[in-house]
Amino acid sequence: MTETVIKTDKLTKRFGDFIATNGITFEVHKGEIFGFLGANGAGKTTAMRMLCGLSKPSSGSAQVAGFDVYKQTEQIKRNIGYMSQKFSLYEDLTVVENIRFFGGIYGLSNADIKTKSESLLAQLGMESEAKKLVGSLPLGWKQKLSFSVAVLHRPKIVFLDEPTGGVDPVTRRQFWNLIYAAAQDGITIFVTTHYMDEAEYCNRISIMVDGKIEALDTPRALKQRYNTTTMDDVFYQLARGAKRSE
Amino acid sequence: MRTILFLLQKEFKQIFRNRAILVMISVMPVVQLMVLPLAANYEVKNINLCVVDHDHSTTSQKLINKIISSGYFKLTGNAPSFHEAFPLMESDAADLILEVPQNFERNLVREDEQKLFVAVNAINGTKANLGGAYLGSIIRDYNREIRLDWNVPGRFNAAPVIDISSSNWFNPLLNYRVFMVPGILAILVTMIGGFLTALNIVKEKEVGTIEQINVTPLRKHHFILGKLIPFWVLGNVVFTLGLLVAWAIYGIVPVGNLIVLYVFVGVYLLAVLGFGLLVSTFCDTQQQAMFIMFFFMMIFILMGGLFTPIDSMPEWAKLISRFNPVSYLISVMRMVVLKGSDLHDVRVHLGIVALFAVVLNGWAVLNYKKTT
Amino acid sequence: MKQFLTFVRKEFAHVLRDRKTLLILFGMPVVQILIFGFALTSEVKNSRVLIVDNANDAASQQLLTKIEASQYFEVDRSVMSPLQMEAAFREGEIKMAIVFPANFNEDLLHQNQAHVQIVTDASDPNTATSLTNYVSSIIQDYQASLNQTLSVPLRILPETRFIYNPQLKGVYNYVPGVMALVLMLVCVMMTAVSIVREKETGTMEVLLVSPFKPVLVILSKAVPYLILSLVNVGTILLMSIFVLDLPVAGNLLLLLAESTLFIITCLTLGIFISIKTSSQQVAMLISLMGMLLPTMLFSGFMFPIENMPVPLQIISNIVPSKWYYLIVKAVMIKGLGFSAIWKETLILAGMTLFLFVISLKNFKIRLA
Repeated sequence: MTETVIKTDKLTKRFGDFIATNGITFEVHKGEIFGFLGANGAGKTTAMRMLCGLSKPSSGSAQVAGFDVYKQTEQIKRNIGYMSQKFSLYEDLTVVENIRFFGGIYGLSNADIKTKSESLLAQLGMESEAKKLVGSLPLGWKQKLSFSVAVLHRPKIVFLDEPTGGVDPVTRRQFWNLIYAAAQDGITIFVTTHYMDEAEYCNRISIMVDGKIEALDTPRALKQRYNTTTMDDVFYQLARGAKRSE
Repeated sequence: MRTILFLLQKEFKQIFRNRAILVMISVMPVVQLMVLPLAANYEVKNINLCVVDHDHSTTSQKLINKIISSGYFKLTGNAPSFHEAFPLMESDAADLILEVPQNFERNLVREDEQKLFVAVNAINGTKANLGGAYLGSIIRDYNREIRLDWNVPGRFNAAPVIDISSSNWFNPLLNYRVFMVPGILAILVTMIGGFLTALNIVKEKEVGTIEQINVTPLRKHHFILGKLIPFWVLGNVVFTLGLLVAWAIYGIVPVGNLIVLYVFVGVYLLAVLGFGLLVSTFCDTQQQAMFIMFFFMMIFILMGGLFTPIDSMPEWAKLISRFNPVSYLISVMRMVVLKGSDLHDVRVHLGIVALFAVVLNGWAVLNYKKTT
Repeated sequence: MKQFLTFVRKEFAHVLRDRKTLLILFGMPVVQILIFGFALTSEVKNSRVLIVDNANDAASQQLLTKIEASQYFEVDRSVMSPLQMEAAFREGEIKMAIVFPANFNEDLLHQNQAHVQIVTDASDPNTATSLTNYVSSIIQDYQASLNQTLSVPLRILPETRFIYNPQLKGVYNYVPGVMALVLMLVCVMMTAVSIVREKETGTMEVLLVSPFKPVLVILSKAVPYLILSLVNVGTILLMSIFVLDLPVAGNLLLLLAESTLFIITCLTLGIFISIKTSSQQVAMLISLMGMLLPTMLFSGFMFPIENMPVPLQIISNIVPSKWYYLIVKAVMIKGLGFSAIWKETLILAGMTLFLFVISLKNFKIRLA
């Protein structure tokens, strides 16, 4: 039996009358790449923000890396990495300065920061961009850098919120290589996406519709259950019944 | 502790990369200190005078000459009648119309009493009041002169006289700039500290980087300290720059101890930065933050006693100004720079401002949420 | 036209959604009117005055009673050495000290001459001068009452009339200034920042590639602020009539028309700033430094322009608020007609046209 790193039970978030996330229950195992799918407005980002300790749940329970999302948000934060939908490194700092800053915040030692930033730059092939302002980099590079910074402190889990939106196919492939490498190192990946080919890369996926999880399994099992050959069709069959979308 | 160093490093790099901020902390104090004291001058002089002289006698001519040579008035027109002089007042070419009645000289001798008619444009109450008072005292002087010239009744000298000697301490030349410059410097330090802090944090909110910070284990008070310290340093830089400008341009050297000034400004900046911080926790966009900040700054500055004395305000306004941190700095700046007040003299001010610092920062920390 | 209205509606939605800013937009003029109308006065009163009465005789007592009766002072009697006095000044406890020498009455009666010494805290020169004047005139009055029995020959009596503002109220001067200030703030700063914001977030590009004329995109951003500003003008006028008892002496329609012209000038200025800048912070900085400060300084409502050094007087001419301030003063307070303000109107219109043309030019270059 593999270790469980995320465990939720009827996790719910209400904004007034609106129930953004409606009693979702699931588990994520260590080292797994867990895909979190759903149409726009299905409640993915809200769920993710609750798991990261950015947003307080209305009801239900959840543990992340063994810590409670109500009371132990600070411990959770020490054990996770997060990459938001919006690009969120400092555009007016250079690549190296960003790495140094986030490394420092997570309490890495100076020596650690130095070796890690060197290996990170080598891995991304960005040695010559090290001293450039992040704001001047193309989007694809920014996203790869953003991911690398999110896993810089070796978190147990990294949350990725639509990390490849607007990125070209080649860069997307490179991005997923980074994800695989991180998963290989034992980092659990929790990722939301709209790209169905990316869904195929995941070990397991869940599909959210109108705030509820409608399906959760491996891509292959889901395709069998819905009797299709592509994830596109699975998603389409589930999501077309959705009442809310942006 | 180490995390704070990383935060500081980041903030300073960002500040030095931002041209707008650099301009704000370097050019703004210099320009404002150069222009404001020159422009902000309440002294009333150059009052435009229009004369309607129906008498055309030596007496009336002498009076008019005396008025003009006083230096307060500028003769901008002569009109044959009040009716024709009035349009000059409508178009602001005359602030004051002096009308000398016909046979003024003759009747003064015959009846021992004559009237002069003065019309004052009173839209600006202060100016009207002072202008009228100046004219009155010149006329009184003139009156005394002609009494001496024309007939000197001996009984007049027997009247008792109270001789008033007045001395103006701390600013014997009554130099208005010496009074304004410390006040303006106080405003500058406040504006820069408050605006920069508020805008900085809201910008992180707007751009989204604050979210990234919020998922890190960074402690709340570390984050806030990391924001406060750089702007505290900048505030002190601006203050020092301002003192240098005051010395270089106006020759103002604080009479009191510089250490007293820096101690007070150091505590005061904490209060102002706390206020900026507090505003930023309520706002989502820079536009909002700037506007709210501007709103409060305007009230603080207008009611801080920079231009008009707080003592003269009605009770309710005095009460408000007790909650206005700016009023304490303005008054302490003037006390230390002009009067040489020491730490003991400003202890009450210091205590109150320290209280502000604690309350505002405490409130801001409570209000700054890492979760929604 | 229909498209234009669609855009205007979108802009209104933006403006109306931001409740906090909206509250301040409408609260600003109200608070300013209240502060200027009731809290601020350049008149000096309630000043703490120390009286050192070393004489304590009939004459000094009589004079003291007169001084204490004045609303200008809050009198505190005690005997202090000059050194103690200086300490009291340094702590800011007193603004003025009046010292009566011993034998005050005797000197007055027997030598026909007595001395009073006044010491002021001249770190605030205006207060010092005013306080000295107040005391001097009280003493002169007292002296005159001693001389009452004697008749004075050859009296010249100036008879002063205060025109436009017989009670010498500060609001007459401040209301036109507040109008200029608020309109400047709302129109220039808000328009500039909101356009630059769209540039910063990238939504401007989306609007510019739409089939709609780019110039109209920009204009549609100005419309909500035009209407908000007119509401503010209304608020200020209503408050000044009903709260401050300051009626509009001239033609109301003329005043509104001139205000609209000034609003348009400000909006064009805001648009021009937004075209020239690319970050919100810079736009704010320019609006704040370049517009608000000059309005406070150079429109003439806080400080008389004729007292400034000549270069500053010349600069004051390029500040639009100065001309608007003159117009409001003429129409609202003096009750003059258009013939008295055509020159100012023409200058404002010229400035607007100039700003509009260079904005248009710069805007085209940006698109090309």
